[in-house]
Amino acid sequence: MKALLICEHREGKLLQSSYELQAFAGLLGVESAMVLIGSEAEVPEFNGKVYLADAGKYGEYNPDLHKRLVLEAVARENPDYIIFLHSSYGWDLAPRVAAALKAGQISEIVALVDGKFEVTCCNAKLRRSVAAKSARTVLTIQAGAFGVAGEPRGNPQLERLEIEETAGRVEFMGYEAAEPKDVDLTRAEVIVSAGRGIGKKDNVPVIAALARALGGELGASRPVVDAGWVTQSHQVGSTGQTVSPKLYVACGISGAIQHLAGMKKADFIVAINKDKDAPISEIADVLVVADVMQFVPAFTEHVRRQ
Amino acid sequence: MKILVCIKQVPDMESRFKPNSEGTWYDETDLAFRMNEYDEYAVEQAVQLKEQLGGEPEITVLSIGPDRVGEAIKKALAMGGDRGVHIQDSRYYQKDPWQIAATIASYAREQRFDLIFTGMQSQDRGSAQVGVTLAELLGFACATTLVGFAYDSGAITVKRELEGGSKGVARLNLPAVVTCQMGLNIPRYPTLPNIMKAKKKEFRTVPVTELLQEAAVTTTEKMYPPAKKGAGLILEGETADLSDRLLAILKERTAVFR
Repeated sequence: MKALLICEHREGKLLQSSYELQAFAGLLGVESAMVLIGSEAEVPEFNGKVYLADAGKYGEYNPDLHKRLVLEAVARENPDYIIFLHSSYGWDLAPRVAAALKAGQISEIVALVDGKFEVTCCNAKLRRSVAAKSARTVLTIQAGAFGVAGEPRGNPQLERLEIEETAGRVEFMGYEAAEPKDVDLTRAEVIVSAGRGIGKKDNVPVIAALARALGGELGASRPVVDAGWVTQSHQVGSTGQTVSPKLYVACGISGAIQHLAGMKKADFIVAINKDKDAPISEIADVLVVADVMQFVPAFTEHVRRQ
Repeated sequence: MKILVCIKQVPDMESRFKPNSEGTWYDETDLAFRMNEYDEYAVEQAVQLKEQLGGEPEITVLSIGPDRVGEAIKKALAMGGDRGVHIQDSRYYQKDPWQIAATIASYAREQRFDLIFTGMQSQDRGSAQVGVTLAELLGFACATTLVGFAYDSGAITVKRELEGGSKGVARLNLPAVVTCQMGLNIPRYPTLPNIMKAKKKEFRTVPVTELLQEAAVTTTEKMYPPAKKGAGLILEGETADLSDRLLAILKERTAVFR
């Protein structure tokens, strides 16, 4: 069995997450080749073939051309699997490749269980084992689910990838940098974060008070930021800040994968949630099963008396 | 301009889930259903565009599923959609994303839409495939994960959300499919008069068998609850007692009070 691993390249750099594809292919036990639409100065460490197309010519985000390039590599390599990261690049490109090949796509794989692809469902409360019925299969893997062991090393054998077309229907205009952060959560020793479970904006000060009482900073989950309850500087997660405090207190946060990705490295995690099945309970050291707005003010008083 | 918004009705994610008797989907008994959150951003963006263009565009709202999905369509009509299409399929959960996209494409092809909005993924299955696959089947331009949208004379400028908080800006000509991410807008609540008006709007039902010709390319073999890691301690009880116990644990296990 053979796999084609599609690397990611952004703002002139190879994304390190590309190595997770190698880790996954290793578990799958397949031979692999990589595809990079990037630059020769930034090729992955890899003992094998790397199909290289020039991002200077085909763009960093040009889905029509990238699809054509991947299909060209598929024609040359004849893989059983075409594997992407489940990322803003991968979930945008993978279905285009799958549709062109009429291949089954299995999205956001979190594990291989007895050779079957396992994906999550319903906010990670259920899992599904999914199989493809097509000759080739397109896979996307969850970012961070397949860890890279050690420093990647290798001598890639470069194969040039070229196509005739140089224009696509989506014209990329450029990047907009993330807003500057006025709070640096990455240095905080204690973070107390508010999630949708706090109910309303008026309750934010209650969570902030606990953060102060514990000598920490206020964090927040994405829905709370999008609702305008807390500014984006406080957002923890894959589109916010990635933190590793000594103590992380999640208040009314169910624990979407994007949030967990930003805080699972905390030394000690306390979750306060009335839903015992919330996915945050999977990684919490302590789950306090309680109504956030009843428990937090009482606990804050308790901490203050210390 | 003709706009299509594709929505899905999903269970409230706060619910407790268990597999059904076949063990290939969740048991729907006792679940409360609502519009998929990402699709609410799609409906809102379509309605905002209609308002921007002085009410000229016609917005069709489409959903696939059993009878209950009519409620989600009616909510979208109350938010400002013009007509509803319910593709009836009581076995919707046995269709894979390829078949769902093919069903919508088969409906949309005849209707000649200019712009299609949908959510970036569903909250239950979350494959993030249907919008993009639909675009490919129709030969439309497509951009995913929108947190910004602007329309100007036949072209749209979008902001895509990227990892780490940065954004990618792109321009597309119509016809196009766009998939909407949280943060794109704040969906409106339907007002009572608009809920009443929605009841009088055109509402068609089409059996899925009239549209779907494609076989599945993937299959769910099994659905099951995740193995509990069970590493964490669960505290339950009265607030005062919980406070004491949590404080004692923090003193013992963390350096916060040292």
